[in-house]
Amino acid sequence: MITIREYLKADSLEQAWSANQKRPNRVLGGMGWMKMSGGTVSTAIDLSGLGLDQIEETGEEFVIGAMATLRQFETHEGLEKYFRGAVRESVRHIVGVQFRNCATVGGSVWLRAGFSDPLTLLLALDCAVELYQGGGKTVQIPIKEFCQMKPDNSILTAVHIRKTGRQVVYQSFRNTETDFPVLAVAVSRLDGIYRAAVGARPAKAMAVTAQNVEQLIERAQALPYRDNLRASAEYRTMLAGVLIRRAAEELERR
Amino acid sequence: MRRPDSREPGKYVGAPIVKKDAEALVTGKPVYADDLAPENCLIIKILRSPHAHAMIREIDTSKAKLVPGVECVLTYKDVPQHRFTQAGQTYLEASPYDRYILDRHVRFVGDEVAIVAADTEKAANKALKLIKVEYDLLPAILDYRESLDNEILIHPEDDWSESDWSHGDNKRNSVYHEDVHYGDVDEIFSECDEVLEETYHTIEDQQAMMEPFTANCWMDTFGRLVIQSATQIPFHVRRNMATALGIPKSKIRVIKPRIGGGFGAKQTAVVERFPAVVTWLTGKPSKIYYTREETMIAGSARHEMSVRVKLGAMRDGTIRAIEMHVLSNTGAYGEHGPTTIGLAGHKSIPLYGGKYEAFRFVADTVYSNHPSAGAYRGYGAPQGIFAMENTVNLMAAKLGIDPTRIREMNMLHEGDLMTAYNNEIANSCALDQCMARCKEMMNWDSKFPAKTLPNGHIRSVGVAMAMQGSCINYIDEANVTIKMNDDGFYSLLVGSTDMGTGSDTILAQMAADVLECDVDDIVTYGVDTDVSPYDSGSYASSTTYLTGNAVVKAAEQLRANIAEQAAKILECPKDEVEFDGKTLSCVSTGASITLSDLANQLQGGTGSWLSVTAGGNSPVSPPPYMVGMVEINLDPETGKVVPIKYTTCVDCGTVVNPNLARVQTEGGLMQGLGMALYEGQSYTGTGVNRMRNFLQYKIPTRIDIPEIEVDFRESYEPTGPFGAKSIGEIVINTPSPAIAHAIFNATGVMHHELPITAEQVWRGIREKQKEQDA
Amino acid sequence: MEIKVKLNGKMVADHIEPDMLLLDFCRAHHCKSVKRGCETSNCGLCTVWLDGKPVLSCNVLAARADGHEVTTLEGLQEEAKEFGMFLAREGGEQCGFCNPGFIMNVLAMKRELVNPTDDEIKEYLAGNLCRCSGYASHMRAIHKWMESRKEAAE
Repeated sequence: MITIREYLKADSLEQAWSANQKRPNRVLGGMGWMKMSGGTVSTAIDLSGLGLDQIEETGEEFVIGAMATLRQFETHEGLEKYFRGAVRESVRHIVGVQFRNCATVGGSVWLRAGFSDPLTLLLALDCAVELYQGGGKTVQIPIKEFCQMKPDNSILTAVHIRKTGRQVVYQSFRNTETDFPVLAVAVSRLDGIYRAAVGARPAKAMAVTAQNVEQLIERAQALPYRDNLRASAEYRTMLAGVLIRRAAEELERR
Repeated sequence: MRRPDSREPGKYVGAPIVKKDAEALVTGKPVYADDLAPENCLIIKILRSPHAHAMIREIDTSKAKLVPGVECVLTYKDVPQHRFTQAGQTYLEASPYDRYILDRHVRFVGDEVAIVAADTEKAANKALKLIKVEYDLLPAILDYRESLDNEILIHPEDDWSESDWSHGDNKRNSVYHEDVHYGDVDEIFSECDEVLEETYHTIEDQQAMMEPFTANCWMDTFGRLVIQSATQIPFHVRRNMATALGIPKSKIRVIKPRIGGGFGAKQTAVVERFPAVVTWLTGKPSKIYYTREETMIAGSARHEMSVRVKLGAMRDGTIRAIEMHVLSNTGAYGEHGPTTIGLAGHKSIPLYGGKYEAFRFVADTVYSNHPSAGAYRGYGAPQGIFAMENTVNLMAAKLGIDPTRIREMNMLHEGDLMTAYNNEIANSCALDQCMARCKEMMNWDSKFPAKTLPNGHIRSVGVAMAMQGSCINYIDEANVTIKMNDDGFYSLLVGSTDMGTGSDTILAQMAADVLECDVDDIVTYGVDTDVSPYDSGSYASSTTYLTGNAVVKAAEQLRANIAEQAAKILECPKDEVEFDGKTLSCVSTGASITLSDLANQLQGGTGSWLSVTAGGNSPVSPPPYMVGMVEINLDPETGKVVPIKYTTCVDCGTVVNPNLARVQTEGGLMQGLGMALYEGQSYTGTGVNRMRNFLQYKIPTRIDIPEIEVDFRESYEPTGPFGAKSIGEIVINTPSPAIAHAIFNATGVMHHELPITAEQVWRGIREKQKEQDA
Repeated sequence: MEIKVKLNGKMVADHIEPDMLLLDFCRAHHCKSVKRGCETSNCGLCTVWLDGKPVLSCNVLAARADGHEVTTLEGLQEEAKEFGMFLAREGGEQCGFCNPGFIMNVLAMKRELVNPTDDEIKEYLAGNLCRCSGYASHMRAIHKWMESRKEAAE
C-alpha cells in the first residue's frame, strides 16, 4: 500500500505541473495501480477539480479528457457509433463497472502498461496524446511516439482521436472473462492499408502495418513475445495470428 | 398427532425456508468477526520469511519496538514453545504436532517470523520494516516427489509427535502411510482383457472465500482469553490455542459470529494464534485481518496430489480390479495431511463397488517447502475422483462402450457392500436414478460424444460420478441443547458452525418438525464454547447428518419431557398425553393445557424447567452420490474451452431445504469448474507463490459460468435425520473429470493435469496432430 | 487533512491521513457493510456510490471524496431489504459477505440500465465476486425482483 504525505487538489494545470516537477510527487489517476505500489509519495496531485473529465466530439476529432473514466469511454455514444462498438469492446472486460468508474483514460495511457487494453486500441487509431509542459505550453505527441517515451514530469491532459474514417475491430483473448488479456489486438484499415496493434505480448503494445492481411499477420507475429503466468510466447504468437485474422474478417464483413 | 419417535417430515423439512440470518446479511449488518472486534484494539501484522527453508541466525527487533504506537514485537524467543497443530480435528488429532507459535526454523516463503502489534496499521507496518533478520539458508524441497527419505529434513525436531494411526515419520519427511487392499488385485488384473494405468496430477488450489482469515481477542471480566474468530472449528480452536500457549482450556472462550465463507479453509486455525498470544501477553485487545495475499500465500490450500490408477476390465465393460497409488503434498506443516489423502481412494473406488473383485489403495503424504495445505471442500476426493473418472472414461473409449453405459454396468447400488469404504453397506443409494435423470437433462444420447459447428468450434459432452461422506464415523461428535422458554418458544444451542450454508436454519427446520412448532419459535444460537454443547465443527459434510441427528434426538427427548410434565399437571397417565405442538391434552379426561401455559408454569415453583442436551457420534458415514455432465464449446484454433451447460443430479437423501441444497450444488460446481479450467497455484524456482492475489489467481465471475441445471433423486437414509445425508462437499467433485472428458471427446486428448488451460488444450491438439501426421 | 463528506445523507467532517482509503473511512464511520476482500480492486466487496456512481472504495482515496456524496448500504436499507429478500428467497445470499457490495451494484444497475438483457446484467455485475452461490441464484432473484417492480409500476 502506498504512503502519501500530502494531498494537493490542484486549482490550475500550472499548479499541478509545478508540483509535479518535484520527484517524490505524483499525479493521481484512477488509483488502481498506484495504491498497490509500496512506495512513498510526498505530494499526491489530484486533477479532479480541473474539468478534465469530459469527452468532447467535434467534426474532426474526439477529445478524451485525461480524467474521463474508462466507463465514460465505454459508454460514450459518439465513440460507440463512430467506431462501431470497438471502444466498448476494448474496455468491457476490465474487472467490472465499479473499477471502470474509477480508472481513468489518462491513467491507463500514462502508465503505458503491457496489459493495457485501451492503449492497444488507441495505437490502432489516429491518435495523439496531449501533454501540458508548464508555462501554458501544451504539445500533442502521436501515440506511437508517446509509447516509446519514458514517463517525464509533464501532465497528460487529453487524448485526441482524429476522425479519419478509419475502421477498427478489437479482439482479445482471456483465460477468464475479466482477467488481463493473454493477448489483445486492434486491427484497423484506412485507404487499403491495414494496421494491427498487438498488446499484452505481454509487453507494451506495438503496431505494424501492411498492405494485406497475410502480410499483417506475418509482421505481427514477428514482434517479440514473452512467457508469463498467463501463457507462453509461443502460444501468444499463434494467438496473434488467429485474432488478427478474425478481426480482419470482421472488418471485411462491414 | 404424530408419534414422538417418528421422523416423518412435517411442515418444514423439505421446504425452501429463508435463512434465519437473511435480513441481517442482505442489509449489511455488522455481524462478522472484524465488524465486532473491540474498538481501538491493537492491529497485528506479521513478518514473513522470504526463504523457502532457513534457520533464523539472528533477529533484532530493537528498532521496531521504538516506533511510536508499537505495543510489542514478538519473535520465537518471546512466545511459548509448545508443539501443536492448527488442524481442526477431533482429539487425538490425526495431524502431527509440528508447529510452534513462532519457530526459529522457517519452512516456506511466507512462514511467520515475527508478530508486531501496534495502535495503528501504519505503525505496525513501519515496525515490520525495521526488524532485522539474518537467516542461515537451508536446501529446500520444492518438488514433493523428491521428499520421502530425502536427506533434507523439514521437521528434524525431536519433539515432533503424531497420532499412532497416521504411521508417519518426521525423519523420513512422512506424515502418513496407508496400504490397504481387498482381494488380490494382481491376480485379477492378469485375468482382465484390458488393463489401463494412468497417472494424474492436481495442484494446490484456493478456497478463496470472500472473507479473509481473521480473528480478534480480548480478556474478559474473569481474566480469560476470548477469541472471536471466523472459524469452522471453535472447540478445536480452544484446544489448539490452549496447547500452543500452554494454558488451561478453562482459560479460553471461543466465539464464532457469522462467517464469510469457509469451504474448509477455516477448518484450520490459520490466524488465531497471533491475536491469542498478543492479548495473552499484553492483556490488551488485538485483531488480525489477513490481506488477500496472506490468505493465499499462508493459508490452507488444497493438497497437491499425484494419483496413479490401474483399472482392469473385461471386453464387455465389467470392471474387475482397481489399484490406486497416491502421493500427497502437505507442504511445510502437516495440517490435514494424514486425513485428506484417504478420501482420494475411499471416495472414488467404492463408486464401482457394484462389480469389482479386488482393490488396492496405497497412500503417502509428505512434507515439502510449500505453504501448508489444509482442508478444501471435497478434502482429497476431488483429486481421486479426477483420476478415477478419467481412467474409466478412457477405458470406455478403449472398449468402445458409451461412458454412461460402463458406469451403469459397474456402479454401486443400494444394498451393496462398500469394501473400500469402511465395509459399510450402501443403505441409501440412488446413483442409478441420478445417472438416468442426468442423461435426460443433458440429452446425452443425442450429444455424445461431439459435433463440429459451422464455425469450426466443437461441441462435446463429458460425464463423471462422485460420492462423499456424511461425517467421520466413530470420530465426529455432535451435540445440541434445546431449552424451552416462557410462552413455549425454544432455544436451539448448537456447536456446529454455519458458515453461510444455512445450517442454523436447516437444524431449526428439523427441530420445528419434531416439536411441531413454527420455525420462528426456534431460536438457533451458535457458537460460543462457553455456552454451546460440544460439536466437532462444520466439516467432513457432517452438519446436516450428524448435528441434524442430534437435533432430532434432543427434540424428541424434549417432547417426551414436555408430555411428562403435562401429564403431572393434567393428572393424566403419561402415555395418554397428546401434543400437537401448541396444546397438550389428555385423551381419557379431555383436560388440556397450552404449551405456553405449561412453559410459564414450569418456570415457577415446579423445579422442572425443561432443557435437553443430546447427540453423539455415528458408526456410519452414509455417502451422498451424484452424476455431473458438462457440454462445452471448444475452439480448436486457440484451445479455448467454454462450458455452456452443466447438468447434475444429486442424491443427498432427503432434501431438507431445496433452495439451499440447490445453491450448495451450484456453488460447488462453480468452484469445481474453476479448479478444472484455470485455478491453481504456481511457484517460482525459489518457492515463491506467484498466484498471490485475485489479479493472478482468477476465480469464476458470473460471466464465466455456464447454464446450470440441478435436480435431485432422493434416497432415504435410514440412519439420517428425516432420511437426510450430506451435500456440502460432494458437489465440487464432478466438474474436473467431466470437463476433461468433454475435452477428450472433442480432441482425442485426455489431460492428466489440472487446471486444463486453453494453452494446454491447444498443445494437446497440436501434439495429436503431429502424431497423426507422423 | 480535513475533509467533509456527505455520507448517507449526513455531513461528516473528519481529520484524515492523505492516504486513507474511502473503504477505511466508511468503516471508521460505522458503515461496516463495506467489506475488504482484496487489495487489488478485484472482488467488488467494497462497492459504494460516489455521487451516485458505483466505485470500489478500496480504489478511492477518502481525500478524493471531500465535498462529494458517498452512499453505502447503510443509506439504502429499504431498497437493500427489498431486493435482498428476493435473493434470500432463492438461498442466494449464502455467507452474506459479498452481499453489501453486490447489492450496491445491483441498485446502481437498476438506476443506470433500462430493461437489461441477461448478458448486460452479467456484465454490469461481473466485478462482484461471490464464492458461495455459483451466481445462478443471483440471476433468479434479479429476474423475479425486476418482474415484481414491473408489476408494481403497472
